[in-house]
Amino acid sequence: MTEKRCDISLRINAEQVERPVLVRQHLVDFLREELDLTGSHLGCEHGVCGACQVMVDGKVVRGCLTLAVQCDGKHVETIEGLSESGVLADLQAAFLNHNALQCGFCSSGMLLTALNIVQNHPDATRDEIRDHISGNYCRCTGYQAIVSAIESVLVARRTGELAGVAR
Amino acid sequence: MKAPAFDYVKPKDLPEALRLLQQYGAGAQVLAGGQSLMAIMNLGLAMPEILVDITGIDGLRDIQETAHGIRVGALVTHATLESSALIAQKVPLLWQSVPHVAHMAIRNVGTIGGSMALADPAAEYPAVSLALNATITLIGPDGQRDVAAQDYFLGLYETARKEDELLVAVTFPKVSTDEVMIFDELTRRRGDYALCGLAAAFTVKSGVISAARLAYLSIGDTPVLAEAAGRSLVGNKPDQALIEVAQNALVNDLSPRGDLHGSAEGKLHWAKVLLARSLRELEKSA
Repeated sequence: MTEKRCDISLRINAEQVERPVLVRQHLVDFLREELDLTGSHLGCEHGVCGACQVMVDGKVVRGCLTLAVQCDGKHVETIEGLSESGVLADLQAAFLNHNALQCGFCSSGMLLTALNIVQNHPDATRDEIRDHISGNYCRCTGYQAIVSAIESVLVARRTGELAGVAR
Repeated sequence: MKAPAFDYVKPKDLPEALRLLQQYGAGAQVLAGGQSLMAIMNLGLAMPEILVDITGIDGLRDIQETAHGIRVGALVTHATLESSALIAQKVPLLWQSVPHVAHMAIRNVGTIGGSMALADPAAEYPAVSLALNATITLIGPDGQRDVAAQDYFLGLYETARKEDELLVAVTFPKVSTDEVMIFDELTRRRGDYALCGLAAAFTVKSGVISAARLAYLSIGDTPVLAEAAGRSLVGNKPDQALIEVAQNALVNDLSPRGDLHGSAEGKLHWAKVLLARSLRELEKSA
């Protein structure tokens, strides 16, 4: 059987991409294999580990549970694009400062969950941070350093706002 | 793992989707958010011939207030429910359950229609719909029909939906002023599949329980209504003595099977713990 392909047209980070895709190819394989965007990782491939997370139309999603063909007409943002834009800069610096990564496999997905926390739950406690990152597995750090890194950014952003620092 | 090869179509409207479901029968799977379906396919547990992507169909994304209740379109995502003031106000039991559904990245994409169509016994909305006796609206080649939640869940992943029918909406009754809704579940970590869960709808008049619908999840092949325990509450005030009576009555309602996650006795214990917690919560609110 010849596998079915569909033509899709989508925006990946700052670039418009048009090409035929195998309908069974999920978004992370498409990004990694077809576009060489290897910052999104493939761990469990059934939605449990969170290493594959990317943004679609501004929302965090599991790349392994999303078919590339479903992203026709949408805007996909990966760790590459989000790093370049600077939106993750303070989180990335905090991850480094707190040793919140060792092998780095989970970091691209973890950072997107962290971004969701700082954007939508600015007052999250350590326990709440743990709840929010429970869908992202890290096998190196034991999570303590990750929670501390995210907490430090929440605190810094809150104090920055209090001091009237423009972000 | 990768899903085996399949065909994919994205129908423009409902008639086209229904034609495809009729044409392919059991070979077709409906794709909405795909947050369970893609996982099942990647694990090789489902190998559909064709995916019918219904996300291009208009009119399935609305939350509407009607005379009968709150009608939630099949394509409404968990995240939309979570941020809906109408759901928070009018269907609080559903609203309370949403944060327990997996993780944000999955709630951003997964839909209520998908959850209700799959009918995973560990899922939240099936139990909520049973506690509220919501109405499930199905459309097939012979037109539209409504099925009450208590007639909808037939067995493990088995529902009243026929393979040529599409689940288009779930309608929940609006909460009334004398009702108290309490949802709770036990998990090892936030977002994991529930070890046991309880969706409880109480009617309370002058501090006395006049009706109770207790729907358990993750305790059997389907969500289970604990009718004996519910009856034991009627006419009483929620206090410690009543908690023990209701816990004892649960034995008549639930017959959990032991598995990797816990023994049968352990699961029954969790069910009792959840019942006690919800009655204490009720006592506080009364």
